[in-house]
Parts: sequence; structure tokens; C-alpha cells
Amino acid sequence: MSLLDGGVAELAAAVRSRQVSAAEVLEEALARIEEAETELHCFNTVMLEAARAQAEAVDGAIAAGRDPGQLAGVPVALKDNMCTRGTPTTCSSKILQNWVPPYDGTVVRRLAEAGAVAVGKTNLDEFAMGSSTENSAFGPTRNPWDLGRVPGGSSGGSAAAVAAGLVPLSFGSDTGGSIRQPASFCGVVGVKPTYGLVSRYGLVAFASSLDQIGSFGATVADAALALEVAAGHDPLDSTSLDLPAPRLVEALGEGVEGLRVGVVDDFLAEVAPSCSLAAVAAAEALAAAGASCENVSIPEMLLGLPAYYIIAPAEASSNLARYDGVRYGLRVDGPDVETMNARTRAAGFGAEVRRRIMIGTYALSAGYYDAYYGQAQRARTILIRAFDAAYERFDVLVAPSTPSSAFAFGAKTEDPIEMYMSDLCTIPSNLSGHPAVSVPFALDSDGLPVGVQVLAPALGEPVMLRVAAALEAVAPPGVRGPVRPAASSSAVATGGGGGGRAGEGGGEVAGG
Amino acid sequence: MAEYETVVGLEVHCELSTRTKLFCGCANAFGAEPNTNVCPVCLGLPGSLPVLNEQAVELAMRIGEALHCEIRPSIFHRKNYFYPDMPKDYQISQYDEPINVDGLLELPDGSRVGIVRAHMEEDTGKTTHVGGGGRIHEAGHSLVDYNRAGVPLVEIVSAPDITSAAQARAYVAELRAILVATGASDGRMEEGSLRVDANVSIRRAGSDELGTRCEVKNLNSLRSLGRAIEHEADRQASLVDSGERVTQETRHWDENASRTHSLRSKEEAYDYRYFPEPDLVPLVPDEALRQRASSALGLMPAARRARLQAALGGAEHARALMDQIGTVIELSLDDLVLAASAGGADPKHALNRAANELASQGERARALDPVSFASLLALESSGTLSATQVKAVLPELVEHGGDPAEVARRHGFEQLGTEELESAIDGVISASPTEWERYVSGDARIAGFLAGQVMKATRGRANGKVVAEALAARRAGVSAR
Repeated sequence: MSLLDGGVAELAAAVRSRQVSAAEVLEEALARIEEAETELHCFNTVMLEAARAQAEAVDGAIAAGRDPGQLAGVPVALKDNMCTRGTPTTCSSKILQNWVPPYDGTVVRRLAEAGAVAVGKTNLDEFAMGSSTENSAFGPTRNPWDLGRVPGGSSGGSAAAVAAGLVPLSFGSDTGGSIRQPASFCGVVGVKPTYGLVSRYGLVAFASSLDQIGSFGATVADAALALEVAAGHDPLDSTSLDLPAPRLVEALGEGVEGLRVGVVDDFLAEVAPSCSLAAVAAAEALAAAGASCENVSIPEMLLGLPAYYIIAPAEASSNLARYDGVRYGLRVDGPDVETMNARTRAAGFGAEVRRRIMIGTYALSAGYYDAYYGQAQRARTILIRAFDAAYERFDVLVAPSTPSSAFAFGAKTEDPIEMYMSDLCTIPSNLSGHPAVSVPFALDSDGLPVGVQVLAPALGEPVMLRVAAALEAVAPPGVRGPVRPAASSSAVATGGGGGGRAGEGGGEVAGG
Repeated sequence: MAEYETVVGLEVHCELSTRTKLFCGCANAFGAEPNTNVCPVCLGLPGSLPVLNEQAVELAMRIGEALHCEIRPSIFHRKNYFYPDMPKDYQISQYDEPINVDGLLELPDGSRVGIVRAHMEEDTGKTTHVGGGGRIHEAGHSLVDYNRAGVPLVEIVSAPDITSAAQARAYVAELRAILVATGASDGRMEEGSLRVDANVSIRRAGSDELGTRCEVKNLNSLRSLGRAIEHEADRQASLVDSGERVTQETRHWDENASRTHSLRSKEEAYDYRYFPEPDLVPLVPDEALRQRASSALGLMPAARRARLQAALGGAEHARALMDQIGTVIELSLDDLVLAASAGGADPKHALNRAANELASQGERARALDPVSFASLLALESSGTLSATQVKAVLPELVEHGGDPAEVARRHGFEQLGTEELESAIDGVISASPTEWERYVSGDARIAGFLAGQVMKATRGRANGKVVAEALAARRAGVSAR
């Protein structure tokens, strides 16, 4: 087995001990990317030169007797909304197609300082708005479990890249579920940390009060290690918590004995049976491992979706105003500035981004502000209080990650509301700023992975990841990647399919 | 016109004299090469985030303190509108929870103007429209300099308590002096450090109701401010007199044409879609910062005026000198006047020379050594130097310092000998016999002419007071004969 398919800590240890060079590891990852990319389209940009230079620097440091850090030589993929100095950062939007940031975001810098090798920028729904990567201006990413299905989104490229074993780690951003939903669809672990735990400096903003960078890994341990490196106070982000980065990996094996687990009832009736069954099975597994499990009804959870679809577009309408053709990115000329602005934005933004800018602009308009934005903020407060009450009784909550497993291309593109429902179970954690993780826990009747969410109160990552690790330990075999790209088994595939290899339907499971 | 009174509220934008910008580490400096003091944050590049400058907060609190405001916990909002000189197409500004509220400003004449709020916000960049007379819609292209983008501002909003153009000017002059005294701003209107918008309305004299207001922009000097308010009040009065209504709108003052014209009506006004800035946390100044802000406050202009008045023998004596007092306070020359007085100079004499001769030297006059100023005044009052000579000596003392007597000698301002003066008077008497006769026969009005002729003959070296005495002595001699 390749070191790329083992644990991240083991890979870094092998590089640090010169068992393998960072350059060798990188070349293997690049070869895998090259082989899979035409089918999967995980990447907008593969950073060949920069990655090779970084791998060389890591090997050079080791040769000189210096320790390059916890992620020495580990290839990582970065969602293409994280600013990388000298490498295009497009947000999968035509409006930023050729934009090259003059600076590295804080997480990008911390990864490099820990010896990680950034290999490329992954595909996403334009400006992280979507749940399938179908909103990418550069074409969708395909789900490696079934090429006729979406990988989820918006961090679909990052999830699929780990699921297909192209890289052992990747980073995404989660505003309403954009890490956890694709993690569930792709059979990988995806963590959305506490708001403020990871710096947003250099993350292109979608909805500033909800956005949070988090990690994808094949295992809980990998994702936890990645988060340890990325987390910690950053003076460049005023909303960054002034706390040292938490220790997450060391306690993963401590088990769940005596923990109080609440199973959120309210979602169970709203999601596909495979998803509710997975959540119930997870609770049973935790009970069997010594936790006390109880169903809990938190009806305020269902306020999340409507509140989110006011707050997120409102903030987005302001955050995306700067793409006006004046300073950088696309410009479509016009006879005067206003026309140039309008033409640039009409040509540069896709339909979903335009829709959310319109919704958000409307929601903030004089005369409507209180009825929409004000009301949504009140709902947000009510939801947070409900969470607080629940966490007086429970250490963690368990819930489905998604209403369904991965759906076929085109299945929801005609109906935005249907697409928005994809984030039903994930949105509440963004509104409350609490951490949540999706861990693969079941396969549905199509052989597709189904994730389960573990939710915790603010800064509850240590206990949350402990619970996730306990679930991972008892999950049925074959629920997680890496998988080799598989041709579609879906009869309803309408777009993005094709090109897959025949005879591998159902998802050949190579790891686990 | 007499049946209306003018009601004015002023919005003054003041650039803070911080080392760096409001939300990033770029230098806050005027006059640098375009787009050199910029970074990802103040250019609003994707992914960048603002971090609040503590020094700006402290200066804003000093302003609040000096204007007797309540200083409160506050938050920032986003004010959304598209304009090329705004990097993010929104301005980070305080909205309904500003840092300073409910203050007041007392003018030198004793009248009080309420301060509604004094809030923090970021400045925009600066657009230059090239071609088409500099107007955006006719320009061939526009150049934007983002050096100013993100420079910290405090916007001071007055209550509509101002009732005349003169009072508006006095308010801005006093506010400017306060801002300079707090160290929060350099107060330079000509560099745009201080920018004023006026909300002007009229109402029937004696009424308590407020009329429909117009906001007048582009007031780049105290002179423009006064003229624009007068013009705008007249315009509104003629509208009302002819049975029309004043419509709420923003108007632009055209200094050359001496008129205002409409920029946009209320209906065309922007909907700024304010909402709380999610990238910043609430600003809750702690006690240490409050202490620092209030202990850093210098002496305010009102206190400095009182100090000068006391030195001049009390408010009664000082009343006629208010203009001169205002001038020396504005230029921060009051310390010099007081120091010279303490060194033996007559306070009124010192004030007079400071407000007139020194004021023309501008800010650098502050550098004058009080001891040398006092000894120069002594030379003048003893008659050793004439007023004209003092005026000639002062610029050099300001520029290079030194002993005034020595400088005067170098200028050739030897005291005029009695003999030389008497012979100059002889010359004037023989050249202007008719005038001399009138003087001798008691026509006091001609004295000035004769003295002027003597001054001319001595090329200004004579002391006016001594000349007058010498002429009077001569006349006494003639009359005695």
C-alpha cells in the first residue's frame, strides 16, 4: 500500500525520517491527479511548479537537520476560494478567472509552515454558493463513487480529491454545510470547526458571519491533525478567537463512556430513510460503546434554513459588491462606470450567484430590513438559545448530515429551493457558530456512502472528534474512500457523466 | 427676508492624525505618490479582513471627551453603494450605535451647539476625472488613488442649532481649534483633513418647526461655508415667497458661480442597506483606554481663551480683543503671548503683535522664542524700535531666532539721533509750509500727514511715537513765541 493511502501522521513521519522524500510523495500524488482529473475534475489549478518547489524545500530542510513540521511532505488540496500568492484564486467564477492574489491566506501560510505541500486549487460552486459544484463556471466535479452523481458542494472538489485518494488531506469552507455535505456524499470525514477557531484571513468571503475553513480527511485522525495545524488565533482576523490551537488528536481514542448523546429527532422525518437510519444506528453504536443516548426534539433547528437564506445572501450581496470591474478580475467595458459595473457583473456572475445577490439586496433594502434581515437574526438568536438549552443536557448531538445520498447531475438544478434543502441538517451549526463533523457511517441501497453528523457546543471539538472517532471505529466496512473513479450506475444522470470506466458501478471500495 | 430664520446643522468629517490607516498597517500620509500606501486590506482584495486601529479609537474618544459626549460601546456597520473610489463598494462606518453621542460645543460668544454624534468611519480613495471638465459623466477616463482609502475619519454631526452663516463659520472655526488641541487632527481644510457639509433649512421667524432641508456639499473653506449657507437660505426663501416648496435634496456649491445646484433628490438618494459589519467585533473601550484618552487631552480653546482674558485684565477688558484672541488661539500662539507677558511684556501689546505680525507668518510662528519675543516688544515700547521696524525684524526672528537688538542693528535700525530727527522735521516744515501752518493753528487732522512725511524722510527709521512728540514740542515752541 502506498504511503498516500495510510494515515497523514504516518506519512509525515515517513518523510521526516527520510523513509520517503516529499518530492516522491508529491510525484505520486501528481500522477494520481493526472490520471483521474479528466474524469473527476477536482481541480481548477494544479500547482505543479509551486508544489515541486515546496516539496524540495521540505526535503532540503530535513537534509539540513531542520524539522519542517507536523505535515512534512503531506500533499494537500485547497479549495479555490483560499488565497494563494502567485496562484490563481478563482472561486470557480468567471469574474475572478485570471485573478492572482498577491498574498497567502493565514491557513495557506500555516500549512506551508507545517511542511505541507499545496498541490492545487479545488473546484467549488461559484463563490461557494451551491450544494453540488454544478454552479462552477468551469464545469462540475464528479463523485468518484459514481461519475453520474454530484460530489456535493460547495467544497465538492476538495471532498472528491480525498475520496479518490488523490491527496490525503484537503481544505474547504463551510458556510451552510459546504464541507459536511460533500464529505457525506463522498464518504470522507469533513469538519466544520467553531466559528473563530480557524482564521478567515485570505478566505474569499461568501457570508462572513457563517464562513469557516475546515478540513477533509479519509479518517477522523487525519482531519483532526489538519485542523490542529490550521487553527489558532490570528491577529489579521478580528473574529478569530484569542486562544491557542486545541490539541485534538491525542484524545481521539479515549472512547465515549459516560458521554451524554442527544439524537436530534426533528430531522429524522425530513430526510431519506437511509440517512435517518444511519443517524439512529450511530446512536445505537455509541450507546453500545458506553454513552447514554436519548432522543431530543429541538424544533428551532428547522428555523435554520429560512433564516440562513436571508442572512447568507444579505452578507453575500455586500461581500460580492467589490467585483465591479474597476480594480481586478473581469471587466466588460461600457460608456460609463455604472454600465461597466453592470455589464461586468452580469457577464461575470453565474445564475445562482446573481440570484443570491438579488435576494440579499432585497432583504437589506430600506423598508424590508426588519421584516427579513431583522427577523432572520431573531430566528438565529432563538436557535442559539435552543442549542444552549440542549447542551445543558447533552455533551454532543447526533444528526443526519444530509437529506439524501449523492444525487445525479441535473436532479436539482431546475429547482433552487430543492437544492437549498440539501443543507437542512448542516445550516444550524453555522448559524450558532458551533462545530460539527460528518463521518461516513453507512452505505445506501445504491452503494453510496451516507454520513452522520456529530454536533458539539462552541470549542467542543475535542469531545466531538472523540465521538466521531468512536463511530468511525464501528462503521461498516466499505463506507469510506479512497475509491477509484467509478462509472455511473444512475439511470437519471443528465449531465457531467460519461467518460467513466465501465464495469465498476456501485463503487469499488479500495480502502477502509 | 426678515420674516424667515435660517436653521443649519453641520456634518464635519475630520481625518484623524494616526500613524496608520483605520483597518490596516498602511501609512496614513498626505501627498504620497498615488497608490503607494496600499495593501490587500485597504484595496479590499478578496479574502482580506479589517482589524481596528486602537490609536484611531483613542483619538475618537478624545474628540468625544472634548465635545462633552457620552462615550459608549459601539459597533460598525457597512454602508453599501457602488463608487469606483470605494475598494469594497461598501464603507465601514458607525451607524445607529456610534462611539460618541449627545455632546455640545460652546462658541466664543457663549452660544451652544448640540453635538448629536461623533462617529468613526473609513475614508474613500480619491477619483480624478480626466477630460470633460472633470465631471464623471463627461470624462474620457478616471484615475483613482487609493492612498486615502481606509484613512480614519470621525464625522461630527451637530444638532440643527445654528441660526446664521456667521455662527456656522464660528462653529467650524471653534471645532477645528478643538480638534487640533486634542491632537486628533491637523485641521487642514485645504488638504481635506476637515470637510464640511451643511444641512440648511428656513422657517418663519419664531417658529419651532423645522423646514425641509437641503444638504449642501463641496464647502472647502470657511468662506465657502458662509457664502453657501447665505445663498441657500435666500434660494429657499424666494421659493417659499413665490408659493413653491423646498424639496429635500443634495446640492453642490459652485464657488465660482456663487450658487448651488441639485445633485440628487430624496427619491434618487442611495439606499445604503446598512447592516452590522460581520468582520468586526463590538468596540467596548476599557477603562485604561478611557483614562488614556482623557488624560491626553490638551487645554481646550475655551480654557485657553479664559487664560488669555485673565492675562488681559478680565473678560470686560478683553471683549474688544475677541478677534485677536481668536486668531492667536487658532494658530496656537497663545502660549507665546502668555510667556512674553510673564517676561514683562504688556499682554495687550503682545497679543496685538502676535495676532497681526506673527499670524502672517503662519504655523511656523509657534517656533519663536518667547524670551526674544518679549525683548523685541520691550525695544518697541521703549521707543528704540518703531512699529515698522518691529515688523521687519519679526520674520527673521521666527526664521533664525537670535537677539532682537542684534537683528535690528543688522537691518540698520539704529535708533535715530535727536539731531537727525530735528533736521528731518526742519525739512518737512520747509517743504510743506501750508500744512505746518494748519498744524500750528490747531488742526489736529493734519498731524498724521506731517508725521508720515517725517517717517518718509527717515526711511521708516523714526519711531512714530517719538516723531509725534517731537512735532508737538516744535508746535509748542512756535506757539510760545
